[in-house]
Amino acid sequence: MTASVLFDAQGPRAKRRNVLYTVVFLAALAAVVWWLYVSLDEKHQLDWVKWEPFFTSFQPWETYLWPGLLNTLKAAFFALLIALPLGALFGIGRLSDHRAVRVPSGILVEFFRAIPVLILMITANAAYSEFTDIASDVRPLYAVVTGLVLYNASVLAEIVRAGILSLPQGQTDAAKAIGMRKGQTMRYVLLPQSVTAMLPAIVSQIVVILKDTALGGAILTFPELLASVRPMSANYGANTIACFTIIALVYIAVNFALTSFASWLEARLRRGKKSTGAVVGTAPGAASKSSRLPRPSPRARPTPDGPSMIRPRGAPAHLPCPPPRVSVT
Amino acid sequence: MFDFLEGYDLLGAFWVTVKLTVYSALGSLLWGTLLAGMRVGPVPLMRGFGTAYVNIVRNIPLTVIIVFSSLGLFQTLQVTLGGGDDFEVINFRLAVLSLALYTAAFVCEALRSGINTVPTGQAEAARALGLSFTQVLRLVILPQAFRSVVNPLANVLIALTKNTTVAAAIGVAEAAFLMKDMIEAEAQLILISAIFAFGFICLTLPTGLLLGWVSKKVAVKR
Amino acid sequence: MQLRKVTAASAAVLALALTATACGSGDKEGESGSGGGEKITIGIKIDQPGLGLKTPDGKFTGFDVDVATYVAKELGFDAGNINFVETKSADRETAIERGDVKFIAATYSINDERLQKVDFAGPYLLAHQDVLVRADDDSIKSPQDLNDKKLCSVTGSTSAKNVKEKLAPKAQLQNYGGYSECLTGLENKAIDALTTDDSILAGYAAQDAHKGKFKLAGFKMTNENYGIGLKKGDADLKKKIDAALTKMVSDGAWDKAVTDNFGPANYKNEPAPKIGNIVK
Repeated sequence: MTASVLFDAQGPRAKRRNVLYTVVFLAALAAVVWWLYVSLDEKHQLDWVKWEPFFTSFQPWETYLWPGLLNTLKAAFFALLIALPLGALFGIGRLSDHRAVRVPSGILVEFFRAIPVLILMITANAAYSEFTDIASDVRPLYAVVTGLVLYNASVLAEIVRAGILSLPQGQTDAAKAIGMRKGQTMRYVLLPQSVTAMLPAIVSQIVVILKDTALGGAILTFPELLASVRPMSANYGANTIACFTIIALVYIAVNFALTSFASWLEARLRRGKKSTGAVVGTAPGAASKSSRLPRPSPRARPTPDGPSMIRPRGAPAHLPCPPPRVSVT
Repeated sequence: MFDFLEGYDLLGAFWVTVKLTVYSALGSLLWGTLLAGMRVGPVPLMRGFGTAYVNIVRNIPLTVIIVFSSLGLFQTLQVTLGGGDDFEVINFRLAVLSLALYTAAFVCEALRSGINTVPTGQAEAARALGLSFTQVLRLVILPQAFRSVVNPLANVLIALTKNTTVAAAIGVAEAAFLMKDMIEAEAQLILISAIFAFGFICLTLPTGLLLGWVSKKVAVKR
Repeated sequence: MQLRKVTAASAAVLALALTATACGSGDKEGESGSGGGEKITIGIKIDQPGLGLKTPDGKFTGFDVDVATYVAKELGFDAGNINFVETKSADRETAIERGDVKFIAATYSINDERLQKVDFAGPYLLAHQDVLVRADDDSIKSPQDLNDKKLCSVTGSTSAKNVKEKLAPKAQLQNYGGYSECLTGLENKAIDALTTDDSILAGYAAQDAHKGKFKLAGFKMTNENYGIGLKKGDADLKKKIDAALTKMVSDGAWDKAVTDNFGPANYKNEPAPKIGNIVK
């Protein structure tokens, strides 16, 4: 039982009450699960024949799921590869001292953040077919990647900006004091330090990118993972619930692997580093607030590295309870 | 140039988008707060449930969740959410339910980080007064946490507004549904996209600006 | 130093991802690799049993696929040089206009609206809009009986609009992205009838998993003349495809394709239509 500052150490009565809550909650959960099981079974949705293709043969994996997953990963990978530097560029651009850089960056970021990715993808697809001669078999991929890049670069820009703003003013001051120019301060002092703070937010954004590739399948005939449900359920006798469940599990597995890898990476980066401990947990939000205020003093900022509500007291900052990640879906 | 708009209920479609957004925002705020409460609470099982819920729901594409709610709940289990026989009502409610369940995971995470920003002293002082866990959360921590996460919540709300487009997958006649219809019937693809993009900007930009202003107003000065 | 670690880690990720994508493109080459020479891209459906379906072994089967293969052969393309791609209903005209596909054989019925955007060769099959109901449901005897029923169709399909606007305006209509979802509802009695072309419905009803569960009502609500869609104004290609279709009927390949694909479905198809004879 971890100690939290939110409630007292539990005595016998509180422990009894806890057990009661646990039992009641468990009973409620079990009731829901039981109801689901019984009613799905009654409707023959749990019949082995509906699920059997996925467990007795490699064919559905080979023909539908694996190529779909590859396409999903491919689109997400390219989107991230392009969106990251673009995002960094615009994020830094928004922090620029020059109005001519700051304002356009700000407008672009706000504009693309406000439009649904789906619309961006559709427009990109139409524009590519009208104005370029990209081969038709790769155009859906291009369109999906473009839509994802436009949207996610603007979100990443906000993450980068928040990450840089989360560093103490002293860092900039010190850099100035030893005679660094603005570019140098950014390159050698601010960016390297803010990377750790940004990492969790970036990773949740990768998950968002991965999930959003599904929109490409819905409308652009981009053969990604979710789109594989159609030919699959058509072959196996409309076992839609089974198909969607399997696909959901694949998404969960991939995304979970991704987030776990990122936590590990983050823990590694943090270890042995005297960082400010700041985390851009709240992604773009933190930034848009500070953008309208003068640069916040270190004290005014959330300092998750300080005593925390959720973290067990005295535990190291990064281990048992990773900082919360909030992404924009 | 805009002749082709005739016969399409553009405002009606966006009104459905707005309704979807508002109802599911309220639902997700409630459920997300409960989840956050569970995740920081004293009962291990509930903490586990909260964590598992967030990790599972966040990692599934919204499309899957919405189609699931329609196929699983409605088509298979015949859950109509009191919509009777009217498909339109049922689909709308199912969409609200799925959007709320999905967005709640993000609300929960935003709130959790908000709870993290409240100084420990606040909770300690509250406990010293003899407040119980729910009282500490309800009277002291959450009010402060909410004030510090207005901005992240605003982002979640904007994302939610845009996510309502996914409800088209189960036939809810909102903006994206109409857009698909129009794109199919009319030749003006770029113009149609631009109109709908503009519509969404009209919905999301003011939300962002207003809540940005609110967040400055209510921010806890420390 | 920190930055270097990040760089190293990202490089690792990059390498991993690149290998993954490299594998991906390798697969693709394997799929369409047999035989050299020029390739042809043909649009089909990949989720309609009996007409165009991607089977678990990665092949494509169905009547549309057989017709397309035959036509391609007549145009001088081996089966190995055909690149089948999915063209969704809503996407067909644009796919042709953009030149994404050479032609489309995907339950593509000829109508005036479409004729403004694309040209059609054929028709090669006459289908009718019909409804699929549960085998034990005798309450739907005429299209008017659909009025107080729950209908399902796919988003953007003309069948659904047709019923809703003309035949049974009071019917409840559920739209989904695919027919499989409708079947799930039909099976579980949340939906009373699934409406689209009888050729498509027959394919679904004939699947092993659905044997004895559903039946076609046999309403023949519309005439759907399936044609082969091609770029507007390409008279040469239209002539060649028409010739290929005529030959397909005369040398018995058409009948064989019908028996192969509709036989198991017990679908009583109309006789081979005359080229250019569009049944209104």
